[in-house]
Amino acid sequence: MTALKEELKKQIINVLNLEDITPEDIQDDEALFDEGLGLDSIDALELIVLMDKEYGIKLSDPKLGKSIFQSIETMTTYISENRTK
Amino acid sequence: MLEKTNIRKSCTIEQHQIVVDDKLIWSSEPHVSFSDFAKGAFLHLDIDYPKFYKMDALSKLAFLAAEYILQEEDKDELALVLANRSGSLDTDVKHQESIQDPEHFYPRPATFVYTLANICAGEIAIRHGLQTEHAFFVAEEFPEETITAYANYLLQSGKAKRVLYGWVEYFQEAYRAVLYIF
Repeated sequence: MTALKEELKKQIINVLNLEDITPEDIQDDEALFDEGLGLDSIDALELIVLMDKEYGIKLSDPKLGKSIFQSIETMTTYISENRTK
Repeated sequence: MLEKTNIRKSCTIEQHQIVVDDKLIWSSEPHVSFSDFAKGAFLHLDIDYPKFYKMDALSKLAFLAAEYILQEEDKDELALVLANRSGSLDTDVKHQESIQDPEHFYPRPATFVYTLANICAGEIAIRHGLQTEHAFFVAEEFPEETITAYANYLLQSGKAKRVLYGWVEYFQEAYRAVLYIF
């Protein structure tokens, strides 16, 4: 799980072009949207693409994203339970 | 007609240099990519605006030109009129490449949102809080007559107090921005 969290943090930094942020800067339970990293709606779409491309997870209901993308913790839990690759 | 003497300020970005009113403000090594040049020019501004890193190349170019020319300028009722030759073709190509392979079909939302030329004008407007008129023209060469007439109309009709206008062209590492404030 720890390795997955590290991998996910690096992927998020890469696909969202989060310059000047390192994986160590992102806390596992930190909010990804609003406060915390301050991601926006386009970032949310990028995360949906990331889930599909890297882990074979297709989010058919975008509303689910709100709970899945709360934090690195919630994302890794969902990925672990649903990944197909 | 607007006379050249009405130009209050100018900013040119080309060949790895940023020049404001004929004064060299920033330059980088000539061999670096536009991305690295733009990052250096952005860091030189010393501003906190992480959205910059998410912009496409055309928007970065327009953003930097606007940022440098608007320093210490009054932005109240400032209209924005831009033009270029390639529209958003550089980003259009990147988007097309991301959907080319039916087996690996992963369109990038962050790329797709920049597949319109006037998005760069929107980035400037958001950054500087501009809520006035804005327009973007695509033409083979700088449509000076059209833009001058439009800027003139904006000023004479009272729709704007001043106009930020010019050329912002980017396609596959070839770039040139020339902005003026009337």
